[in-house]
Amino acid sequence: MGGTPMRRKGAGIMADAQAPLRTPWILGEKRPIDVSNDICALLERKPTRLWWAALLASSTVLLIGMLAIGYQMATGIGVWGVNRTVGWAFDITNFVFWIGIGHAGTLISAILFLFRQKWRTSVNRAAEAMTLFAVMCAGLFPLIHMGRPWLFFWIFPYPNYRGPLWVNFRSPLVWDFFAISTYFTISAMFWYVGLIPDLATIRDRAKAGLRKKIMAFFSLGWNGSYRTWIRYEVVYLLLAGLATPLVVSVHTIVSWDFATSIIPGWHTTIFPPYFVAGAIFSGFAMVLTLMLIARKVMGLEDYFTLRHVDAMCKIIIVTGSIVGLAYLTEFFTAAYSGNPYEQFVFLNRAMGPYAWAYWIMVTCNVVSPQLLWFRRVRANLVAVFALSIVVNIGMWFERFVIIVTSLHRDYLPSSWADYTPTLIEILTLLGTFGLFFTCFILFCRFLPVIAIAEVKGVLTHGRSAPPLPHSQSDKTRHASEAFEEART
Amino acid sequence: MSRRVFLSVHEREEDILGVARAARRRGLKIVDIFAPYAVHGLDQAAGFRPSRLPIVCFLLGLLGAAFKVWFEFWTSAVDWPINVGGKPWNSLPAFVPVTFEVMVLFAGVGTVIALFISARLWPGKQATASFPGTTDDRFALVIEEEDAAFDPGAVRRLCEQFNAVHVEEREEEAV
Repeated sequence: MGGTPMRRKGAGIMADAQAPLRTPWILGEKRPIDVSNDICALLERKPTRLWWAALLASSTVLLIGMLAIGYQMATGIGVWGVNRTVGWAFDITNFVFWIGIGHAGTLISAILFLFRQKWRTSVNRAAEAMTLFAVMCAGLFPLIHMGRPWLFFWIFPYPNYRGPLWVNFRSPLVWDFFAISTYFTISAMFWYVGLIPDLATIRDRAKAGLRKKIMAFFSLGWNGSYRTWIRYEVVYLLLAGLATPLVVSVHTIVSWDFATSIIPGWHTTIFPPYFVAGAIFSGFAMVLTLMLIARKVMGLEDYFTLRHVDAMCKIIIVTGSIVGLAYLTEFFTAAYSGNPYEQFVFLNRAMGPYAWAYWIMVTCNVVSPQLLWFRRVRANLVAVFALSIVVNIGMWFERFVIIVTSLHRDYLPSSWADYTPTLIEILTLLGTFGLFFTCFILFCRFLPVIAIAEVKGVLTHGRSAPPLPHSQSDKTRHASEAFEEART
Repeated sequence: MSRRVFLSVHEREEDILGVARAARRRGLKIVDIFAPYAVHGLDQAAGFRPSRLPIVCFLLGLLGAAFKVWFEFWTSAVDWPINVGGKPWNSLPAFVPVTFEVMVLFAGVGTVIALFISARLWPGKQATASFPGTTDDRFALVIEEEDAAFDPGAVRRLCEQFNAVHVEEREEEAV
């Protein structure tokens, strides 16, 4: 390389260091009133035909799923394809899949908030909603798995007439119940607290009527008082601080459901970080899928820009690479351990009867996301959309591979068995997609998909320079002003 | 008891920051500021004291964690000890995950409830804004006219320096 390209490269770095501070996250030179108008207009206009069609389609799928769930509740879970050897299969795969998707919302709202990533303001509302719906879908599976779901409350340690017989606090399944219910509650809190200022904006714009009444009820009399804003910001920060370890804990505990057992392929210490990275990976892919559709259908091009897509793609590369590294590490550990059972499980994964599932997983999760290293791919929304779906397919197969391949060949060759899902199981999975999309479509219609108040805070309007991450603090500003005054 | 207040409405973040800082430097008593979003640095500019909610959060988290450790110990080792795989009655390390979750639950839910109480927000409450549009794109500064020395003309000139789009004096019920 000659001197000139080197210099150009150096200039490029300088330009890059400057660029994120100068280019606005929201396009179109918006003023705060434009943000209110743009986002509220989506709720104030009549629903489009496309919206009705989407709602009809997703609620039909939901209905089919409900029928399948009703059938298996009435008949018993013998209608599944599971057997003595493969005792966990489709149901738990779907549970882990949905819980994983539910990780992106709180990651975006909490962790990116703590890291001061301003781009989160365009996606956090939709991602948090997605989290809630995904956790609802996830929660359905253990509930059905109980066999007698009407006794689900037995998992809760309440004083009862059976002793009282308490739950076993040493069991990861009990930890799981606490982790997921806490996660759902805190995510719902976070989402609602974030919504309050926006509900007040809608309330103040709405003409007298049902919408105004509902919004007035749920906006809690919010009037934009800055004394309240101070408390609000502190609470938001505290919730973010609490939710950050919570996100990590939830999938860690889900992974312990497996890792604390003595099944080869499950019993490894790599599971918690591996599961958490996988969860973020799949969650971001699902946020991208949904936001790219919402962007197109709802005309949010100015709010969810190519820069947002770019940032999210980069997170997908990072987490996808962690997942790929975890796959390699599992193989290395198995080879290095000298444990024949462990070695057999991993060779069987890659070359046994479920090798097709394993290689789908590797192709979708490790190979195809590498395309995102190219800027041109990241800027091509069709490609990103396709890749986001590929990642979700891959992550579903990851859970399937972990669960089924580890179980179907156990220590005793006479009990080896295979597993194929039944129609009922497939329809149940389909039904949760129906639930997820029905909820999301309703959300897009009745609540602001973009956090109005938060987006207003990152606009360039009304500021001589965009806020810098490490700008001069007010304390130093006061000091310099005092100095100026003393001089004159 | 009613009090007399001076209201100044602005359209830009820079202006509200500037006018709040200037008003504070002149020793004017800022009752409140109404803003459509959380303007960074406005709390320091206006001299509002920081919230004490982190203390509430900390104490509730501590309470939740302590309660859960005690509860898990009591149910597993005292009330009805059951031998599970030969594990000790008091399996403290196994109690950690649920303790953590309950700590987060108490701290999180409790802090939000504390916010609603301290900010006096409740479902169906009638919103009282000083000026329309403060949930949209207007910033309103409310200054209390404390005594006879208050000079509305000077304050008006100050606010106009910062591009006030509307100024007025009004009687207001003191909260």
